[in-house]
Amino acid sequence: MRYIKFEDIENAVRDLCLSAAYDLPDDVLNALQNSRSTETSDRGKMFLDQCIENAAIAATERLPICQDTGFAVYFVELGRDAQICGGTLYDAINSGTARGYQDGYLRKSIVNDPLFNRVNTGNNTPAVIHLELVLGDCLKITLAPKGGGSENMSRIKMLTPQAGIPGVINFVVNAVTEAGGNPCPPVIVGIGIGGTFEKVAYLAKKALLRKVGAPNPNPDYATLEEEILKKINSSQVGPQGLGGNSTALAVHIEYFPCHIASLPVAVNLNCHAARHASVTI
Amino acid sequence: MKPIKIHTPFDDAAVTALKAGQQVLLSGIVYTARDAAHKRLCNLIANGQSLPLDLNGAALYFVGPSPAKPGYVIGSAGPTTSYRMDAYSPILIEQTGLKAMIGKGDRSPEVQNAMQKHRCIYFAATGGAAALISKSIVKCEVLCYDDLGPEAIHRLEVKDLPLLVAIDCHGHNLYHPEKSN
Repeated sequence: MRYIKFEDIENAVRDLCLSAAYDLPDDVLNALQNSRSTETSDRGKMFLDQCIENAAIAATERLPICQDTGFAVYFVELGRDAQICGGTLYDAINSGTARGYQDGYLRKSIVNDPLFNRVNTGNNTPAVIHLELVLGDCLKITLAPKGGGSENMSRIKMLTPQAGIPGVINFVVNAVTEAGGNPCPPVIVGIGIGGTFEKVAYLAKKALLRKVGAPNPNPDYATLEEEILKKINSSQVGPQGLGGNSTALAVHIEYFPCHIASLPVAVNLNCHAARHASVTI
Repeated sequence: MKPIKIHTPFDDAAVTALKAGQQVLLSGIVYTARDAAHKRLCNLIANGQSLPLDLNGAALYFVGPSPAKPGYVIGSAGPTTSYRMDAYSPILIEQTGLKAMIGKGDRSPEVQNAMQKHRCIYFAATGGAAALISKSIVKCEVLCYDDLGPEAIHRLEVKDLPLLVAIDCHGHNLYHPEKSN
């Protein structure tokens, strides 16, 4: 058994909040640069140039890439031979999040009640924490801060098996084109297929963590990703929804076995400021 | 096409002269407001009470900036998605003389009708270019609703803020070029 200190997690999470907010990952920046080189619309080129310049300013001056520094969403892999001492894992992550958002001058965007009492919690907690138990004695924490504008464009549908591949394609393409400029395209399209109602939403979110443009290892799904990407980019939604052929940087599908009666599908969009950062303790 | 320089406050003539697709550099005073502030302003109007700021000829920027680091005027300050303000904007346009809105994404037909009838303009700022945009903001102070945190109404002074006329007061909408009047 390996022991991991509460403070070590808290400190690592605090640092993760800052680097995720300031540093656009290389794969996202490369994808934006590739889009810039193939974009046909002058207006689209201008917007992509601004996004690339923005990423450079944010990294150099340690400023948030986007003012919406998001809901702090964590994907945590806890080794079964690791034990947290000094407090709970959830408390360590929330405490590190509060410190990170304070120390990093990041925006606090969480209200404590969705309906009756929308008062800002003041420290961007609670975080959303997805915990997975794995082999080994390490703790891997991935933070994917999620902005509200793109999250609001999410969709879920319990299709039935007869809808098949065309049903999935239509649902996804409509979700992206009807979202227009709202989620800050070019977007990354996270798609969940299969599982249950709650599982498919989780898969769609998890799909956004994949390296931009890395195909699904299953060739059937990899081909489907390509086909959907092509359809989305021929829609002419374009950067900022104002025309062009760079509507999505990538389409990522995650799938799971499902019930004989069901074909659940979920779409979770990430804006072009697709932020994520990981640490292993 | 070279951006044209414009400044706040706006009158009908200034709004009428702007056409969808024009790039502009905006200078002057703009006020920030998101959903929560819009709701409060519209509640005041519904109850016949006076507003904490004069919106006649003014520009509203739909933004909740991140906090300013030491030595900085403001944090990152890109636009939020505008459709969430669609229920409120026609009321402000009709009742207060609001002349300009800055945000991102398409607006409802009701907002566009109010814009046409009362001469109001909608600019798109580049969503997600928030650090870059902050360089055009030279002054920032909280005007009211401090309890809303990032959603408070701020008074910003901007210098050459790069914007695009997305919907003009003549019925042209860059999000739907095929449907424009």
